[in-house]
Amino acid sequence: MRVFATYNIKGGVGKTSAAVNLAYLSAAAGYRTLLWDLDPQAAASYVLRVKPRVKGGAKALVRGARPLDDAIKGTDFDGLDLLPADFTYRNMDLALHAAKRPTRQLSRLLGPLAAEYDVVFLDCPPSISLVSENILQAVHTLLVPLIPTTLSERTFDQLTSFIGGQDGRRPQVLAFFSMVDRRKRLHRDITARLPAERTDIAAAVIPAMTVVEQMAVRRAPVPAFAPRSAAAARYRELWEELQVRAGLDGPG
Amino acid sequence: MATARCLEFVVEDGTEDMPRRLAGALEPRFTVIQETRGPARQVWLDTFDRRLQAAGLVLRQVTASHSAELVLSTSAGADLASQRLTPPRWPRRLDAIPDGPVRARLDPVVGIRALLPLARAEGSLTRLRVLDGEAKTVARITVDAASLVRPVAGPLPRRLMIAPVRGYQEAADRAARLLTAAGVLSPAERPAFQSVLDAAGPGPGDAAGGAGAALSPEMPAHTALAGVLQRLAGTITANVGFVIRDVDAEFLHDLRVAVRRTRSVLKLAGDALPGGLAARFAPEFKWLGDLTTPVRDLDVYLAGFDAMATGLSAASPGDLEPLRAHLAGRRAVERRRLVRGLRSARFAGLMAGWRAALDEVAAQDAGAGSDVGTLAARRIARAYRRVIRLGSAIAAAEDAGTAPPAEDLHSLRKRCKELRYLLETFRPLYDPAAYGRAVKDLRGLQDVLGEFQDSEVQRAAIRGFAEQMLAPPAAPTRIQHANGKPSAGEAKPGELAATLLAMGELSARLDQRQRRARRQVAGRFAEFAGAGTLRTLGIRTRAARA
Repeated sequence: MRVFATYNIKGGVGKTSAAVNLAYLSAAAGYRTLLWDLDPQAAASYVLRVKPRVKGGAKALVRGARPLDDAIKGTDFDGLDLLPADFTYRNMDLALHAAKRPTRQLSRLLGPLAAEYDVVFLDCPPSISLVSENILQAVHTLLVPLIPTTLSERTFDQLTSFIGGQDGRRPQVLAFFSMVDRRKRLHRDITARLPAERTDIAAAVIPAMTVVEQMAVRRAPVPAFAPRSAAAARYRELWEELQVRAGLDGPG
Repeated sequence: MATARCLEFVVEDGTEDMPRRLAGALEPRFTVIQETRGPARQVWLDTFDRRLQAAGLVLRQVTASHSAELVLSTSAGADLASQRLTPPRWPRRLDAIPDGPVRARLDPVVGIRALLPLARAEGSLTRLRVLDGEAKTVARITVDAASLVRPVAGPLPRRLMIAPVRGYQEAADRAARLLTAAGVLSPAERPAFQSVLDAAGPGPGDAAGGAGAALSPEMPAHTALAGVLQRLAGTITANVGFVIRDVDAEFLHDLRVAVRRTRSVLKLAGDALPGGLAARFAPEFKWLGDLTTPVRDLDVYLAGFDAMATGLSAASPGDLEPLRAHLAGRRAVERRRLVRGLRSARFAGLMAGWRAALDEVAAQDAGAGSDVGTLAARRIARAYRRVIRLGSAIAAAEDAGTAPPAEDLHSLRKRCKELRYLLETFRPLYDPAAYGRAVKDLRGLQDVLGEFQDSEVQRAAIRGFAEQMLAPPAAPTRIQHANGKPSAGEAKPGELAATLLAMGELSARLDQRQRRARRQVAGRFAEFAGAGTLRTLGIRTRAARA
């Protein structure tokens, strides 16, 4: 089982869009895929039409009073399941803090799912917290959406040095440019310069397009409702690159 | 993951207007949309000995609109896993199915057996989705309108299945209740697979009844024995085609067991059959048994090869690869001989003559012969006494500190086998619990004697293989594989030396195993002798001697 997380300290950078579209593409490629919506704002759950409610909330999941397995819902797409968000996830830090080895809890909870899923995506809340530390321990690849601005670049530097300073297991980091507007000179400059300077930036670039915003209206992944769109093609490129970088060698 | 409850219904009338009828019953609570409708072929699969059915599983290959998938479900109809595949030509072993969720669940159940097509159906499949108020899919509906095309043509009930999407069982149950209340459908009384089985009739393995013949103690002995032997003949015949096609190694094993049981009945109770039948047919069944031995021995070696290779300590497992190639080459040669034998007029004549002779015996009057209950008690008691006599002599020799010769242990093994075959042949005459205990007591001794003898035979075989591998290239053991790879006879001298050294290590390990088994024989025999098998079965010794 490979665990990926879409993560950024900043909000509104395209984490959920990437998580939903990549999870959809993973399932369509034949991988048994689970998307865990960890963000209490529940955008991924909304897009996939699942009510953002988990009985017992974050506390019951972290304590093990309710197995993760029980809370999973099937989506409308073959091979893609969702562990929905819950508003109590805003207090997940507290629940994690109360547990033994608080930074390893997500990893522990995901363990039993390995028999059932080939790929897990975590759609993470925008913050840097105990939840983030748990995510770093649990994932193989951290996918970081970057809006090509100077401040985003700085935030990415902060994140990579934070990961570099972590004890124990450190995930592979793969950033990708998100919400790119080619009309803006700064966007053009940074998307041209940064990949030449760093190896942890994907070649695939996700443009700022209306069709991506339409996900919340159509309540479906872009490749499902607009398979021939340019955005769907870019997400496919990103998925192909992720498979290669993460060493996924085909479903089953 | 908790198994979802799938709901199944019978559609009494046509399925043509189904989406509209379903929508009428489910709206406004749910919306129904049709996803696909088109022709579909379905193949139900199981092993010859129905391992999936015994485990409560149903495996189906569904081919519709250029794509195929394997669907594994419970016998009650709940889907467990599905997996896309390029349909192979069945029967095939599990390695024809790529790794995936279905394969993972099949592996422990199916093991080394091949999957055979039990039935094929053709018709149309309509797939629909049930959406809730959020336009979220909560259940999938499949309408299956198919007819059986193999093994016989015939209609199947038109069915509608509602499968909940994970986490939406309650919604699916509610949809099912609405459909029932609207009178659109009636719940299916029997799962779909049962209807298929009923329509298809007996499967390829159902003729192979083994020793489970219907017997009662008062039956005339010759009639009862003819029945037992007819069933064994049925097993032989049912397996032959699969052995010839090399579907899986178990067909040959089952055929050999049936031949061995036939030979045992002829040897140990054949005098109860009229007309010198036993004397007439025993040599022919010996021929048949001998014909099958080399391939079976090689199958056993090849099946255990990886375990054998990984157990090496001084040599590396890869050193044995030329031996594997050699064994595979030998098997190809021996299999050709086996197939020639099974296709020969001699084999066809044997089976036809044998079955006709048994029919004649079964039709004969009771006459003055004994009943099968008495015959069984006498023959089991006699075989038991032989085991005790020989075992006691071996134990006494062990006590005196003189190791009994290997031939004595081999003889004891043969006597134990005879007793076991008699128990199995006459099994229906005894209380199942008593029979189970008697076999269990005997099995403990048989296991250790088997280990002793197998080690000896395998050591001798390894020596034989080594000699064959060292034979000059022109020797008949030099085999070119079908895939064009060179055989062991063409291994380089360095490789051959490594292989022979590894084989030496195997031989030494077999020697250790044999010594360990030998040390256990006396103890296991004492346990068996103390268990009182005849008493367990309710056989009175004096009456049995009469």
